[in-house]
Amino acid sequence: MSTQLSLGRVARAVAAKDLRIEMRSRVVINQVFPFAGLVMVMFAFALDNDDVLTRVAGGLVWLATLFSLIIIIQRSFAVDTADGALEAQRVAGLDPAGIFIGKALAVMMQLVTLEVVLFLAAIVLYRVQLQSDGVVLLVTCVISATAGLSFVGTLYGGLTAGARGRETLLPLLMLPVVAPVLIGATRATESAFMSGGAAVSDGWPWVGVLVVFAAVFGLGGILSFGSLIEE
Amino acid sequence: MSTVVDFRDAVVVFNGFPALAEASIEVQQGEIVLLQGPNGAGKTTLLRACAGLLPIVRGEASVLGVDLCVDRQSVRPRVGLLGHANGLFADLTIGENVLFWAQMVGASNVEVAATLQRFGIDGRLSQQKVMQLSAGQKRRCALACLVVRRAELWLLDEPHAGLDASARDEIDAIIREACAAGATVLIASHELERARGLATRSVSVVAGRVVS
Repeated sequence: MSTQLSLGRVARAVAAKDLRIEMRSRVVINQVFPFAGLVMVMFAFALDNDDVLTRVAGGLVWLATLFSLIIIIQRSFAVDTADGALEAQRVAGLDPAGIFIGKALAVMMQLVTLEVVLFLAAIVLYRVQLQSDGVVLLVTCVISATAGLSFVGTLYGGLTAGARGRETLLPLLMLPVVAPVLIGATRATESAFMSGGAAVSDGWPWVGVLVVFAAVFGLGGILSFGSLIEE
Repeated sequence: MSTVVDFRDAVVVFNGFPALAEASIEVQQGEIVLLQGPNGAGKTTLLRACAGLLPIVRGEASVLGVDLCVDRQSVRPRVGLLGHANGLFADLTIGENVLFWAQMVGASNVEVAATLQRFGIDGRLSQQKVMQLSAGQKRRCALACLVVRRAELWLLDEPHAGLDASARDEIDAIIREACAAGATVLIASHELERARGLATRSVSVVAGRVVS
């Protein structure tokens, strides 16, 4: 008789599998990173004003992250649906919550790596100053915002995985939902950068919003992912 | 010998259409049962219903002792469904694909190595990405995944499709070996001559009903 593993081990195996696929295919490194970098450079060209760029740097980083998230999520589910592997996982009775957490963790790790690069790019391209007071706020903001984005992305990725026209459906459904993350993360990042006269302490309430958002969608995903990927 | 599949007047509605209309079938452990019938007769629906993927609207249905009308989830870990897709991760190697499923049931590396060897996909071949494999090698890899998952009921939808003669012979040998080891197999196929040679019994599926 088959013995099924715990949610934690399913999540670990799924996350490891998704990250291994990325290491092999290097789609995120070779395509998403350059895309996000290009978005940052294009914004710099479009705005062409150092003061404005310094002020809006946080928002631009998070916008580039959101655009990249769409590609990462589409890729994450494309590798599972191409040869029916997502259905195979469903048929095998793998805990859907484990699949959800595993996929979200893999997305989270890819996004965090991307965000580190984007923030470095912002410091170089937009001449943003990051004081030591702001580092803790920025790190907390990145972790909570990334968790929220990964949970929402995985949830909507699962929802649209079997849908016709999923490439266009995913951003259409997901972007309005992640608007609170864009707003909260941008405000918190501006506070961390102390741009526009903002103080570091102004950012913490926004981090609270991000944490609540991540918790709601994390829990929602754990509870509903099974139904979303069912026929 | 125990009853593995027991459907009595089972009705499955798919897209508003009764894809299974009061279908009845009983399959004993160790049998290889061929489901034959024209396209759209309900063969695939029957396999998917056995896997607990489709709800039973009316009638009775149990698989491996689990009442599908009550619980469609708990039977799934014990069932392996291989449809037109192989359910493999194209960017991973054969070994990594088999290992993924082995992890899900806590199978050891020794068990994985033995399965790869048994299916002739060990050594250098096990290091090849699935996307680089032939159709026959992909099928063998998919069946190896069913073995390491310890599936007790194999549901195979056109397992010979797209394979050359030697690959078909290999698949047949694997299926016979699985049955000898205690698995039960339901095969939906249009390749009747070959499938009849493999099956211990064949039934026809006509307009959603099973005819012996």
